[in-house]
Amino acid sequence: MIAVIDYGVGNLFSLTASLKAIGADSVLTGDKAEISRADKIILPGVGAFGDAKRSLDERGLTDFIIGEAEGGKPLLGICLGMQLLHEASCEYGFCKGLGLIPGKVGPLREAANGLKVPAMGWNALKIVKECPILKYTSDGEYVYYVHSYFVPKGDYTAAYSEYGVCVSGVTWSKNVFGAQFHPEKSGNTGLKILEAFKEL
Amino acid sequence: MITKRIIPCLDVRDGRVVKGKNFVGIRDIDDPVKLGRRYNAEGADELVFYDITASSEGRKLFIDVLERVASEIFIPLTVGGGIDTIDDFSRVLKAGADKVSVNSGAIRNPSLIGEAARKYGDQCVVLSMDIKRVDGKFTVFGKGGRENTGLDAIEWAKRGFSEGAGELVVNSIDTDGVREGFDMEMLEAISSVVDIPVVASGGAGKAEHFVALFKRLPSIDAGLAAGIFHNEEVAIFDVKRRLREEGVNVRL
Repeated sequence: MIAVIDYGVGNLFSLTASLKAIGADSVLTGDKAEISRADKIILPGVGAFGDAKRSLDERGLTDFIIGEAEGGKPLLGICLGMQLLHEASCEYGFCKGLGLIPGKVGPLREAANGLKVPAMGWNALKIVKECPILKYTSDGEYVYYVHSYFVPKGDYTAAYSEYGVCVSGVTWSKNVFGAQFHPEKSGNTGLKILEAFKEL
Repeated sequence: MITKRIIPCLDVRDGRVVKGKNFVGIRDIDDPVKLGRRYNAEGADELVFYDITASSEGRKLFIDVLERVASEIFIPLTVGGGIDTIDDFSRVLKAGADKVSVNSGAIRNPSLIGEAARKYGDQCVVLSMDIKRVDGKFTVFGKGGRENTGLDAIEWAKRGFSEGAGELVVNSIDTDGVREGFDMEMLEAISSVVDIPVVASGGAGKAEHFVALFKRLPSIDAGLAAGIFHNEEVAIFDVKRRLREEGVNVRL
């Protein structure tokens, strides 16, 4: 069972439907007991970093999710959910993240050399590490991004895309994974990434 | 780098895909879910669904169609038609849309653009414009291209951009359904005044028209068409293969 964290952020229709399409049992929930019972966690999210973090804090979910991940449960953050797994972001002022994957979130506008922001569209994924959630993905496959902030390519980047700068597509530390793109909107490539996560 | 997108557009009335020429003479084409499935397999980068029904019964059928498509096709979905209020945004987003396209609703109430962008993010708000030359001036038409609003299209594009739209769809009524190529002059004029993605619509008749579009106007991000894809005259896969041969970055 995969617990998709429901904390009042974003539209989860496609994520829920894509998990169903790959035959994964999932539950949309903000309830700690239910999250505890699940064997995997997905942290989704769209919108602003600070608002989303506050929303997790208010529901008492920040430390709880950190505890679950530190206990070894596989955790996948998607889009803003991925950014939240990192140390901090400077979106509308400094804000601390969950700190489960090293690295900080920065604004794309200053880095992307005059390209349009938000970056929105399909981009090729360049794989730099053998990562468990990319076991069915080949170098150069396309995934769908929508974002204005990003984690620069670094030691914990498993795959990246180029958008005037090297943008982390997948970040990874132990049992914690982040996808800056939307696997639930990336066609078969995305479904295969979700499938690899399901099989962990 | 982010690729150029090829987008089939499905006009939906009473749960069926329909198509007209120069915005009139509408005829029935196919089941939206079936067509969506085919386009996904052919490599469409996104699907656009316009609800062109006026009745509440048709609206319900449209939401049902949208949910069915979003349950099995996992690429971005844009929805337009009858979006007049924030509640309309919420209604289609809940049914699986990723982006919402406003047209007449934004002409009546331009602040709808900003209000929606603040609530759902600017990436979610698409301003769709139906434009026709009137006395040599690019003019915005409302109500599905039937009503001359008198609005200057260049000014309206700038306004939409500054209000917070995340993308513009530029439909040329003059070239719609004519199939002799996109309206380059209009597209160049509009795309030069905004700094957000611009989707070209109206006039594509063959793969070469997409090649000409992206070669001549590199600032255009996507090409949209309906009829030529629906009746299988042009396959999306062939368009993308031709584009790649010509050095245009596409997802293949």
